Amino acid sequence: MNSFNYIELVRPALPEIFLALAVMALLMLGVFQKSGTEAAAADSARLVTGLSVVTLVLAVFLVGVDARGRDEAFCGMFVTDPFAVFWKILVLIGAALTLVMSGDYLVRKGLARFEYSILVLFATLGMMMMISANDLIALYLGLEMQSLSLYVIAAFQRDDARSSEAGLKYFVLGAVASGMLLYGSSLIYGFSGTTNFNDLAELFYAGQAQPPSIGVIVGLVFILSGLAFKVSAVPFHMWTPDVYEGAPTPVAAFFAAAPKLAAVALLVRVMIGPFGDLLPQWQQIIVFISIASMILGAFAAVNQRNIKRLMAYSSIGNVGYALIGLAAGDETGVRGVLIYMAIYLFMTLGTFACILAMKRGDRMVEEISDLAGLGKTHPMMALALAIFMFSLSGIPPLAGFFGKLYVFLAAIEAKLYALAVIGVLSSVVAAFYYIRVVKVAYFDDPVQPLDTPVNRSIGVVLVLTATIVLFFFAYPGPILTGAAAAAASLFGG
Amino acid sequence: MLDIGLSHYLSVAAILFTLGIFGIFLNRKNVIIILMSVELMLLAVNINLVAFSAHLYDLVGQVFAMFVLTVAAAEAAIGLAILMVYFRNRGSIAVEDISLMKG
Repeated sequence: MNSFNYIELVRPALPEIFLALAVMALLMLGVFQKSGTEAAAADSARLVTGLSVVTLVLAVFLVGVDARGRDEAFCGMFVTDPFAVFWKILVLIGAALTLVMSGDYLVRKGLARFEYSILVLFATLGMMMMISANDLIALYLGLEMQSLSLYVIAAFQRDDARSSEAGLKYFVLGAVASGMLLYGSSLIYGFSGTTNFNDLAELFYAGQAQPPSIGVIVGLVFILSGLAFKVSAVPFHMWTPDVYEGAPTPVAAFFAAAPKLAAVALLVRVMIGPFGDLLPQWQQIIVFISIASMILGAFAAVNQRNIKRLMAYSSIGNVGYALIGLAAGDETGVRGVLIYMAIYLFMTLGTFACILAMKRGDRMVEEISDLAGLGKTHPMMALALAIFMFSLSGIPPLAGFFGKLYVFLAAIEAKLYALAVIGVLSSVVAAFYYIRVVKVAYFDDPVQPLDTPVNRSIGVVLVLTATIVLFFFAYPGPILTGAAAAAASLFGG
Repeated sequence: MLDIGLSHYLSVAAILFTLGIFGIFLNRKNVIIILMSVELMLLAVNINLVAFSAHLYDLVGQVFAMFVLTVAAAEAAIGLAILMVYFRNRGSIAVEDISLMKG
């Protein structure tokens, strides 16, 4: 009995435990650094940010090295499988790239505090717990850990009215979403007697005689609306444009990248895992959410002048496309979601790297018209921006085209023809405003050029993401095979 | 005598939850009321969980309720902190003033 191996018991959660300990150590390090003056605070922020990026890279290795099929810990509350590994690696990459490119902006705005990286890391830890959740309690705790950190960094610019308003809006609407999710969880628990995903899946197994009780269906709808909120899908999207516009730009970049991926991962796991056999009950809801998100993302962005707001509507639309795959509800569909979100991560991070490079006379600017003449003054950045915009609008051979291709294929195979047709049509509308950005950058005359040169760390992120988006068609192997293995693991293969 | 059973508890919880939602979306005055409504929603969930737990003779519901209580405390702390920051910038916490960004 004494030879019981505790390390083996918690081994699936090793990356999370490592990250948690590392964040607390970094917090201590930050607190005990000198921070009397602005320069000293910026120095300690730079140190903690550097170490945070190292921590995230180490966590990627821990996640990748320890991938050994499906494994559970903490009495089945926590699970790692290829699905979790795929998402965790993407989320960690997203968080690391955000930290790399945010340093310059934060220093410029007088926001260089080490707490920023600490909060990003705590949010990332919460996301990893969400992705690995195998129980309604674990789901709630992971989600709250992520959300509570995100509320704070949305309001990180304390002396700015718009940032604190963004934080307040995000907090209130996020709390309502958590409340709905919890109410749904309590109903599911009450009408099925368990909170564990494996037990729930067994309980709702399709072959049984009686249909699920009405309480379970109501609970499922509540959970679905809570999660739709977190992925900012219509009709629960109202917070997105305001929060993206008000929050500091690196924070908006982070919101568009890592938390969105984690929330989509959670949504897919909850719908396919415990409620997979209730597909007829939730398919129509997902189809509706998906269509509404695509259409709103396409039409509401047309009139935007602020590029952060434009990206907010673009992210709503992109979630709509990703949900097409979930609506299909089979292995091909989930593979489509995984590929789509992986590509979306790099497109959106690259676009936000461009936005972070937009400054004029040491002031950050964020109107689309400020990009005028970019093609002449910043040829490389304009090229990168054009790549991201063409990719977001889905023009081959850029990566965004393949993302859309896989989800539309899944929809056709699942006989959801209307969904696929509306998807294609709305992406045509969306192409209008993406390509307008390119037109402004290349064909409008510059009123006043943006500052040169672009900060080096932003440049690194730009080159990296642009390369991935541009050459995905030549070397799609890692993402495609990873997504296939991840989708198969969710369907018990 | 009227027997108080599971359905009564569920009704109370449902009413509290609805009150919470309406408190958030119909209230035009004060952000503090929104925070109170959020707490009301979470408490409704707790009543649900504990009632189900007693009904099912299963402890998981009460464990869940303890977690919800803890997280609700943290959430209220963060909410009030953000509200303080907002008040310092705007000098008001009226709901109709929270409209710097629109469109």
